[in-house]
Amino acid sequence: MKVLVPVKRVIDFNVAVRVKADGTGVDLTNVKMSINPFDEIAVEEAVRLKEKGQAAEVVTVSIGPAQAAETIRTALAMGADRGILVKCESELEPLTVAKVLRAVSNEEQPGLVIMGKQAIDDDCNQTGQMLAALLGWAQGTFASKVELADGRVAVTREVDGGLQTVSLKLPAVVTTDLRLNEPRYASLPNIMKARKKPIVEKTLADYGVDPAPRLKVLEVREPAKRRAGTKVANARELVSKLREAGIL
Amino acid sequence: MPALVIAEHDNQALAEATARTVTAASKVSARVHVLVAGENCASAAAAAAKLAGVEKVLAADNARYAHALAEPLAELVLSLAGAYDAILAPATASGKNVVPRIAARLDVPQVSDIVAVESPEVFTRLIYAGNAIQKVEAKGFKKAITVRTAAFKPAPATGVANIVGIEAAADPGVSRFAGERLSRSERPELTSARIIVSGGRGVGSKENFALIERLADLLGAGVGASRAAVDAGFVPNDFQVGQTGKIVAPELYIAVGISGAIQHLAGMKDSKIVVAINKDENAPIFSVADYGLVGDLFEVLPELESALREAGKAA
Repeated sequence: MKVLVPVKRVIDFNVAVRVKADGTGVDLTNVKMSINPFDEIAVEEAVRLKEKGQAAEVVTVSIGPAQAAETIRTALAMGADRGILVKCESELEPLTVAKVLRAVSNEEQPGLVIMGKQAIDDDCNQTGQMLAALLGWAQGTFASKVELADGRVAVTREVDGGLQTVSLKLPAVVTTDLRLNEPRYASLPNIMKARKKPIVEKTLADYGVDPAPRLKVLEVREPAKRRAGTKVANARELVSKLREAGIL
Repeated sequence: MPALVIAEHDNQALAEATARTVTAASKVSARVHVLVAGENCASAAAAAAKLAGVEKVLAADNARYAHALAEPLAELVLSLAGAYDAILAPATASGKNVVPRIAARLDVPQVSDIVAVESPEVFTRLIYAGNAIQKVEAKGFKKAITVRTAAFKPAPATGVANIVGIEAAADPGVSRFAGERLSRSERPELTSARIIVSGGRGVGSKENFALIERLADLLGAGVGASRAAVDAGFVPNDFQVGQTGKIVAPELYIAVGISGAIQHLAGMKDSKIVVAINKDENAPIFSVADYGLVGDLFEVLPELESALREAGKAA
């Protein structure tokens, strides 16, 4: 079985985000970019399936600018076999991304797609579910455990009240949550090896997908900052402050 | 055309998230219908019918909806979607699971996790872990929306809507429920609690977390945690407050032994009053705290308990 892992290049999770003065978006010049942390977990899970002999090949795909090749290399260094870079300079809406991934899935015929539950830039949490819908497949979102057996996948999901397990027919889409695994660090030999792994370049036109956004972003601004208040000396003072504030 | 709210419930009680989503929906359309899909869910439907502003409740009672699986639920909503201009669900695990599936099949973009309705076609949402606010216009197509419930007040239970039974839609048959492990708690739910006490890595162990719970119980508060505390196995995943966990906005948020990574702040910075207790005076949590107490939580918490008891403020 082939596993397809879509990965997104996003602003590194440690970077303090700055909103552009003209209110059109977030300033991404000279900022550190990394693989979306949830996608890194997806790569790890796919590679583990391969190591267990449950997956034959791990294919990773990224849609973005030329630098998204680095994101693919990260996945290849972790153990993915080959990459597909769908070049696109503009930002795409999740539904558009899902349409590209549908076309890639139709071409690659994976038995399972594993991807992050959300990207930490737009925080949308949509693409995996949308891809499953477009393909008519089952979805196992927010996964904290993935078990393949008898042509199905059992996905334990992190839900609001605890954990829910669903049994899905394959092929299916799984989206990862934080507790699914702890991604490995790529070793130097594997980083070197990854340089030789193939990355095929495609364009949106190859898949016949229109990149034009349909939601119109009117404005991006900074939220009102919370200001630090006062320090209290001890628990007793804290209680009296909270009483004064009318909270207790 | 009216707006349709997908209700969240456990087949008996209607989740407060639904009442909050109705409030958001009322700003999108003057007419609001609520879909209650479940198994033996009559009491949840009855509760939905009482929400002010709701014109009609659609009740689909069928075993295939017992666990809100996305595949059959999306089919049901799609079978109704023609009559609606907007489809909304709370941005809970369940709403986030199903709405994109509906949006994709309707071929419309989704607006996730809105915190304000500026006009029926303009919405505000947070991006980059709450470090930027985006205003977006969704015009010329059906709207698919998830709602950050902490940002909207619940619609009061003063209404009298009709309940109409509806037929189940076909089940795509690609998924089935295989079990659940839910934490049962008498404490208030995080997303609707008035007070929350959260513990972080500094709490040190699962056993020590009892200190957090004791303080919470004294205050009648909900219990939350940082990602570090969940990853370390101190508490289950559903306790996590943050960018990718629960987003909360209580009147009082007490962060104990939490350093305050931006991902955690994203989940609690709309709280009215924030109290931070941490032994590291440089911890970032102090930069958002109204009241900061630098000290060892193992000394501070017992003192806080007795101070509360003295003040007669223990619940």
